[in-house]
Amino acid sequence: MSGLELGLTVPGRVSVAAVAEPGQVVGVIGPNGAGKSTLLRAVAGIVPVRGEVRVDDRSWSRLTVRERAVGMAFQDQLLFPHLSALENVAFGPRTAGASRSQARRTAQSWLDRFEVGDLARRKPRQLSGGQAQRVSIARALATDPRVLLLDEPFSGLDVGVAAGLRVELARHLTAYDGVTLLVTHDAIDALTLADVVWVLEGGELVQVGPPREVAARPLTRHVARLVGLNVLTEGGRFWSFSPSAVTVSPDEPSGSARHRWPGTVTSLAPHGDAVRLLVSGEHDLLADVTPASVTELRLTPGRAVWLSVKETAVDIYSAESNGG
Amino acid sequence: MGRVSPTGARLGRPPLLLVIPAVLASLLLVVPLVTLVADTPWSDFGDQITSTAVGDALRLTVLASALTVVFCLLLGTPLAWLLARVAFPGRSIVRAAVTVPLVLPPVVAGVALVTALGRTGAIGRPLYEWFGVTIPYTTTAVVIAHTFVSLPFYVLSVEGALRSAGEEYDAVAATLGADRWTTFRRVTLPLAFPGVLAGSALAWARSLGEFGATITFAGNYPGTTQTMPSLIYTQLQSDPMVARTVSMVLLVVSIAVLALLRNRWLTRP
Repeated sequence: MSGLELGLTVPGRVSVAAVAEPGQVVGVIGPNGAGKSTLLRAVAGIVPVRGEVRVDDRSWSRLTVRERAVGMAFQDQLLFPHLSALENVAFGPRTAGASRSQARRTAQSWLDRFEVGDLARRKPRQLSGGQAQRVSIARALATDPRVLLLDEPFSGLDVGVAAGLRVELARHLTAYDGVTLLVTHDAIDALTLADVVWVLEGGELVQVGPPREVAARPLTRHVARLVGLNVLTEGGRFWSFSPSAVTVSPDEPSGSARHRWPGTVTSLAPHGDAVRLLVSGEHDLLADVTPASVTELRLTPGRAVWLSVKETAVDIYSAESNGG
Repeated sequence: MGRVSPTGARLGRPPLLLVIPAVLASLLLVVPLVTLVADTPWSDFGDQITSTAVGDALRLTVLASALTVVFCLLLGTPLAWLLARVAFPGRSIVRAAVTVPLVLPPVVAGVALVTALGRTGAIGRPLYEWFGVTIPYTTTAVVIAHTFVSLPFYVLSVEGALRSAGEEYDAVAATLGADRWTTFRRVTLPLAFPGVLAGSALAWARSLGEFGATITFAGNYPGTTQTMPSLIYTQLQSDPMVARTVSMVLLVVSIAVLALLRNRWLTRP
């Protein structure tokens, strides 16, 4: 049995064919405008779609939004501003036919599970970003959905708040037996929460695979940047190497390094103990150097340098051998 | 360090070319109201205001404006919702059409109502011939005329509120299993509530001052169709002092509406 089967097109925006197993958490990543949010809206039925959406082997294509068993947490939460946190979460159970008191009990238990039970009476404007996001996810789950759609649940949250919510969400998603589509622009979310990653670009699925594999052998510039790898394409094959494997020198290197590129330093930023350079030339490449060599080589934006990498540090692969 | 003066004093003196017309404009708007207050025969105020004619007109005006608001709520809210939320064919034409009475001279509105609902009108004739119902020159005609001129104000106000309340929340409610009626009742309407109140106040204020359409379509009969503005018009020819008293009452009521609007709803987002 498959949890979610997609063969859908939103004209001009997204065209996706993919399958997810029940209980699976799918990390949907891709650059801005790749169609991630549109994909979620298409599954929810909010935008008109051509093609097929099947959930638990049942077609959803002809169902209206309210008939689809989806729970959706929206990017900016969209809690009903005139209702309290409790009433927001009780809204779904109530429309499903639960009595007022029953819906409230359900809502309270969901708020408790996300550790915001004591904020039940607050209005959304009295909640912090992290609290509102918890209420929003609780509201989505309270309808007992078969598909959970989370649109950038950690965006706009403080790093610490996001980390806490990530841990809690991971716990709930492990217990959840429906399919989760989690849109994120953060490599950490995809690596820690997802069982499988869908990479969207230009409205199409360009890579599907376990997070570790997608992170190790990215097929798109976006994911390469997300995980901090240099990826080059040559003749349909991909070359990836870590920025720490790159050697920076002021003149053309004459050593054993076979791959070398001239370029100009465009930016420097601290990266752990090292300094990460972005060097533009034929390709935009990342290189990690020590703070000492920054001074030694006088690396400032605009400085012309040579980059080189040893053959042994390069992972060469093709799109076909990867995931899917 | 003090704040920069909000009047922008540091940017130089305001140019006379702007100041003089601005002063003239405020004088034009304020002076007649001040003279009205000054010329009101306050000593007779109590007697005049309790006279039968004033009492009848006041009662009718209150009744007509209250019913106008009720009809705006019952008919205008669904229309505003339809315009704001449903992309039906010809929506922009309907929106333009319901806006016309906003700029239509009220007398023209009255004439138009006669052609539709008058005893020989398109709807008025069958009403009369089949049911013996006559609308013109009745209190019903007053309420219809008032609703006709007030409804556009209400619909535009509420449609604006519905649009700014955001269609996103409708989508959220749908993902939570709500049908459109439930969504309207539990989400859309509560969010647009300030707009509904503001629209009602606008409709009420418009109804309160309605004269042209009313006198054309409903006449000016004391007790049945004579509203406060019609009474002022009549009294101006016979007893200007009473006209001033009645005008004063309407002025007070209008200012009360304005104050209420500003304090309660217009300042809220």
